[in-house]
Parts: sequence; structure tokens; C-alpha cells
Amino acid sequence: MSKEKKEKDLILKEPFSRRDFLKTLSVATGSIILGTSSAASGYKEIRGYRNSYGMLVDLTLCVGCRSCERACNKVNNLPEPDLPFDDATVFEELRRPTAKAYTVVNRYDIEGYSGGPVYRKIQCNHCNEPACFSACPIHAYTKTPEGAVLYNVDRCFGCRYCMIACPFYIPAYDYESAFEPRIMKCIFCYPRIKNNKIPACAEACPTGTLTFGRREDLIRLARKRKKILRNPSRYIDHIYGEHEVGGTSWLYISGVPFEDVGFPTDLPEVPLITRVKGFLSSACGIHCLACALRDGLCSSKTQV
Amino acid sequence: MNHNETLERPESFRSWFLDKLLMGMSWPEYVRSLITPFNILAAVILSIGIPIIALRFMHGLVEVTHASNDYPWGLFLGWGLFGGVPLSATGFVMATAYYIFGFKDYKPLVRLGVLTGFMGYLFAVVYLLIDLGRPWRIYYPMFVGFGTASVLFLVAWHVATYLTVQFLEFSPAILEWLRSRRVRRWATMITIAMTIAGIILSTLHQSALGALFLLAPGKLHPLWYSTYIPHFFLASSIYAALVMVIAVSALCARFLRHSADGYFLDNLDRLTIGLGKGAAIGMFVYFALKLVGVAHDDNWALLNTGYGKWFLVEILGFVLLPALIITWGVKLGNATVVRIGAFYSILGILVNRLNVSIIAFNWKLPEHLHHIIPPWKEVMVVLTITVIHILIFRWIVSRMPVIRQEPEFEQETH
Repeated sequence: MSKEKKEKDLILKEPFSRRDFLKTLSVATGSIILGTSSAASGYKEIRGYRNSYGMLVDLTLCVGCRSCERACNKVNNLPEPDLPFDDATVFEELRRPTAKAYTVVNRYDIEGYSGGPVYRKIQCNHCNEPACFSACPIHAYTKTPEGAVLYNVDRCFGCRYCMIACPFYIPAYDYESAFEPRIMKCIFCYPRIKNNKIPACAEACPTGTLTFGRREDLIRLARKRKKILRNPSRYIDHIYGEHEVGGTSWLYISGVPFEDVGFPTDLPEVPLITRVKGFLSSACGIHCLACALRDGLCSSKTQV
Repeated sequence: MNHNETLERPESFRSWFLDKLLMGMSWPEYVRSLITPFNILAAVILSIGIPIIALRFMHGLVEVTHASNDYPWGLFLGWGLFGGVPLSATGFVMATAYYIFGFKDYKPLVRLGVLTGFMGYLFAVVYLLIDLGRPWRIYYPMFVGFGTASVLFLVAWHVATYLTVQFLEFSPAILEWLRSRRVRRWATMITIAMTIAGIILSTLHQSALGALFLLAPGKLHPLWYSTYIPHFFLASSIYAALVMVIAVSALCARFLRHSADGYFLDNLDRLTIGLGKGAAIGMFVYFALKLVGVAHDDNWALLNTGYGKWFLVEILGFVLLPALIITWGVKLGNATVVRIGAFYSILGILVNRLNVSIIAFNWKLPEHLHHIIPPWKEVMVVLTITVIHILIFRWIVSRMPVIRQEPEFEQETH
């Protein structure tokens, strides 16, 4: 008899206790989570800064002297390279920036191109809306008004999602360090720019391949004033970096198609973060939907 | 009086210890019971693997992985995080089915589902800790910097919160084991709230794991890169949970039979077929979604390439075929066939997640397929962590009321 009563009590009590807890605990947890993701969807856009600096690279002028590599190594206090900077054997294979080198120059032998081998300098392109910046869960990256994309080692726990996200394969990781591994990448000589100097690579370049200036001026320079329009036979009609992934601070003009010298050419013209925005805002939607479902289910349960 | 107490205490601790930890055996008996072929194999693996893990922390990731500047993520995340998390959706799916949708029949499997989920998430975090460059900073997304535009930020928060939620969901079993009646009553009161929190968190971070790759359109092969990838990950995690419960319960019934009660064992075949039905429906839906994904991006032509054939192997051989086997088992009413299909489907989930995170990622780099072969040390670490995972899981199931009911508390569970 008493057991029966107890069961009855339980049945009667259950929906109420459920409802109580819905009203209190789960609403509380739900709102905390909601807060997190609505912050996520309220992402502020950076459409690149007006008057930011850039660098125009004229691939037709580069002779592969690697002065830029040497200057970069010195200014940034990077470790000695395995082979000296005047050793041309490094061109036998394609290299990429590493934890020991912010920039490298590669050689491409293009068949049927009269301009000889094409040399291409690789370093961080300093995107207007960087994918590394969007990827980082701890906000270790910043895009400065001057154009440089900077990495803050004090905020990095080493997930390496920025390396996954970077469409240009730029960030390098110091896998050999057990206690202080970090991302290494070009900093666009930010301290030098702040001191009204130009980046070390551009200063060292003897051929005029690298032109430092305001990004908007560089685009005008590349297209109109002297380059592409005046020499249609010398250049292909494209400024790489003007629109790729929403634009980059570094811009390139070339005599050969960009895909022949290792540039990724299947990138969207919008910043990569736009691919994720839909998900980030639907995250908020799912929270709301879940809350609605929860209320619906629970009220129906109570009625039964 | 005083004298008596001091005499009694060590005695009661001793019996508590023997009862709870050695399962009522004496030390010699317990040690003897540990000498089994599986345990010997496990000991061999651990004795090789644990020093390798120590090496990783002393000399850096370069010592054990093939991780490089072009391949930042490898087997640790591909297996442990991307493979482990969908198979750990068990907690959320079983708790939702039981507490929210009222599938009360599945009661014998709910705790097992919750434990499988909790352990899966816990070990996903363990793999992450091994893979992170500076694992001691794991709390940084919570306290130091907020990358609110980052999907990984969402994942970090959700996994941390959900791990706590699952611990609370499982805590009644621990408290029953400890005979802590009052705390257990509090713990069961929050079950519904925790289940709902679990739904919100799980649906989001399961899909978020897929959304991580949305940021890398140029790198992931177009057949796998799709705007639907969050939906693919979520949809497949739901059937992954069902087949995982089928598989884990079958393994428990076979190898941990002494810890199960009649309520679990007698209902298992019937419930396996029921879960199989749900899983098969989920798999057909997922298969259709994958086709819609190909159609949406008009990638039909790519199916005739090398990667396209591998894609077809994945969706025909590792989704459609196991789904048909399960369906066949359900039609026959044969739980064994359903179980075979379930193990096969789990393999399919792993194939898909490894495809997205490793095999089809960076597909354009020269000698890509050569680069993704992991070195033996990396495989050994994964094997070691897997063995530890199984050992802890077994330790819990043999002691706590997971696949059996605690007679004292039976009436109080809802």
C-alpha cells in the first residue's frame, strides 16, 4: 500500500521537478552557452585598413640573388641557414617558409617563356582579413592598421589551426621545441615600419623587384602608371593579391600565369571567414531552436 | 571506547577497499585474476608506448609524429578528436532518446551510452593534450583570449562544458557505487537539465568539427569540402552513436558478462535490433545528404578521378553497404547480423573522418599520399592511449552499476 502511494507521488512529482529544473538550471546553462555563440556570430568585419601599406612584387625583375632572404634573416635574428645565402643549389627543390626562415625564394623553369627562369619570393601575404586570425581560438593574431598581420606567442597554445587555415601555407611551427614551440612567420618588419623604415627585404633588393608603399598606390602603379597597361606583352593581366581571399597586403605581377609559379589560383575572392559566417550565426539559431524544442517537449510532458 | 574506534577504522577501510576496488577479492586473488592474454598484450603495448609519450614531452612533437609545416594535424587529431567525438555522441543520443523522447525500453543501455560518451570525450581531450604544442595552456580559450570568430573557440568551449555535463550525467552510477544516497539524489535531479544541455552542446560541436574545415576551401578536396559539411558531421554522428552503442554493448556482453545483470543481457538482442533500425534510417538519410552535397556543388565529373573513386568507396562501401547489412539484420530479426553491420559502420565513420582530416586534406601537395603515412611511434602512441581508454572503461564497468542495476537503488531510478 505504502509502496503504491510512493510510486504515485513520484509520478505526480516528476513533471513538476522537471519543469522546475528547466526553468532554473537549464535556462541558466542555456543562456551561458547562447551568450558565447551569439558573441561568435557578432563578429566584426575587417575590410582591410585604408591607407595600409603593401608590397608590390614584380616577378619579371627578380634574379634570385636571395639578398632579401639574407636581410630578413639578419634583421629578425633568425638562426644561420644550413646552406649559405649565395649557394644556388637550394633552387634544386621547392622550399617553403619554415621556423628558421620567414621568406624563401624558389626558381621555376617555365617552358617557352623567354624571360628565363622565374624566381618567386614567398612569405606571409598579410591578408586584409586573415584566415589565421579567424582561425585562432585565443586571438593570438592581430591585423595592424599598417597592414602587418602579427602573431602573439603569449596567447598561443599550439593547436596549429592557423596553419590549417592559411591558404598560402605560410605559418611554420617549431616542432623541435618541447617547452616553447611557437608559430614563426613574416612580420612585415612591423618594428621597422613603425620607425619609418621600409621592410628589410625591400631595402636589400638590388633589382627593384620589391616596391613598398601604400597598398592603393601600389595597385594603381601596377595597373596603370607603368606596368601592366604599358607592357601588355611583358605582363599577364592580373594583380595577384588584389582580390584573392579578400585582398592581401602583398601584391604580385608576373609574366607567366600565377599557377605555373606555385600560387594557389582556386581561391575565392571573398575573405575565407565568409565561408564560416553562416555556420557561426546558425550556431545561435540552433541554440534557439533547441530551447524552443525543449519548452515544447516539456510542456507536452507535463500535460500528459 | 577510544581504543575500539582506532581498531575498527583500518578494518572498515580495508573491507571497503577490498569491496570497491578489488571487487571483493584479496590482493593475491586480484593479482591472479589480472593475468589474462588481453592484459599481457596491454602491458606490452603500455611498456613501449608510455616511454614514447614521455619522449614527445621531452623532445617535442618532432620526436614522435610526422607533423610538418604543411601537415600540422595528423593521426592524434584525425583518430582521437575527429574519429573519437562522433563515436562519443552515444551519451547525448541515448539520454535524449530515453529522457526526452521517452524510449523507456532502452533503459538498460542508457548508462552504458553515457559512459561511452564521457570516456570518448575525455580521451579526445587526452589526444588533444598530446598534440597541443603547449598543453599546459589548454584553458587559454576560456580565460586568456576570446577568438569569437573561430569555430575552434566554439569547439573548445563546448567540449569543456559537455565533458562536465557528461560527468554529471554519469555521476549517479559513481555515487551508487560509493553508496552515497543523498548526493546521488541531487545528482539525479539535474539529469533532465543535463540532458538538454547535452542536446544543445552536442548538435553544435559535432557540426562544428566539420565546420572547422570550411576555412580551408583550397586545401580540402572539393568532394569532401562542401557547405554542407557541418550537416554531414552532425547527421553521421547520430547514427555513429547508435552503432557505437550496439558495438560497445555487444563487447560488454561478451567480455564483461560478469558485470552485467539479467535485465541487460535478456533485453540486449531486442534492443540491438531496435537501435539497428534507427541507425539504418540515419545512414540512408546521411547517404542521401552526401549525394545532395555532390549535386549541390555539381561535382559529378570529379567522381571519375582517383579521389572520386575513393569517395565512392567511402559512401557506397562504408555507408550504403553497412546500412544494407543492418537493414537485412533488422528484417531477419537477427541481432548478430545487426552487430556485424554496426562494427562495419563504425569503421565507415573512421574512414570518413580520416578522409576529411588527413587523406583528402592537402590533396594537391606533391607526394601527398606519401606524406600522410604516420611513423610507427605516432601509431604506437595512438595504440597506447586506446589501450588505456579500454582499461579505464573496463575498470569502471566492472565496478560501477553500468550494465547492471544496483538492487538498493533500483526503484529510485527514473
